[in-house]
Amino acid sequence: MEKKQVLVACGAGIATSTVVNSAIEEMAKENNLSVDLRQIKIAEVGAYVDTADLLVTTAMTKKEYPFPVINARSFLTGIGTEDTKKQILEELKK
Amino acid sequence: MSDIYFDESIILLDLEGETKEEVLTAMGQNLTEKGLVKTTFTEAIIAREAEFATGLPTSGVSVAIPHTDVEHVNKKAISVAVLKDPVAFGVMGDPDETTPVKLVFMLAMDEAHSQLSLLQRLMHIFQDQETLTYLTSEKSNANVKAFLESKLDFTFKGGE
Repeated sequence: MEKKQVLVACGAGIATSTVVNSAIEEMAKENNLSVDLRQIKIAEVGAYVDTADLLVTTAMTKKEYPFPVINARSFLTGIGTEDTKKQILEELKK
Repeated sequence: MSDIYFDESIILLDLEGETKEEVLTAMGQNLTEKGLVKTTFTEAIIAREAEFATGLPTSGVSVAIPHTDVEHVNKKAISVAVLKDPVAFGVMGDPDETTPVKLVFMLAMDEAHSQLSLLQRLMHIFQDQETLTYLTSEKSNANVKAFLESKLDFTFKGGE
């Protein structure tokens, strides 16, 4: 399977994306998926439009991207985490 | 991990404020006065909050984790405020929604991506209704400090 490039972004790139990044890392490991994870600031997403397969972010934007965008807030609040994980896994397995 | 500044002087209980800007200003000014952050910090954190909201609805009281870029910080620190009355903060990831925030954890981080275990422990607190309820009702700074130290499970360096 082709290695997916997954962008993990929050507004300042220091707090929330760190938590999300590690959650996805763990998930990929559990499912034996090889993922190219990039932890970035949301403002840097533009540089990855040609290469990324998925954006997981706590700073949802109204911008349109050529790849799916998944809201990662549940990783922080614990509400709906399983649903979010399922969404991410589905994208990774595509 | 061991050099995060956290003491009673940056725990603000019963903080009054009508708006999130007032709350962020009070907390930011306090950190500025202590020399923990640069004078640009408060403005930066307000701007950041306006652009990317950090309010988190939990199963109980809502929390917010305002933070901004590392260049505004002198010394990494966590300031905690319990608001006298809930104040509307934007919801993280949902720019059109607000949530009534009662607890604010202001994160002054001096290097990017360095605080994973601390952040994960914070997130555990957010997912623990009993803990949140306790924090909003405790009236002693010393107790809040001791409680969070044990919950966050690392050595803070601070006053005392």
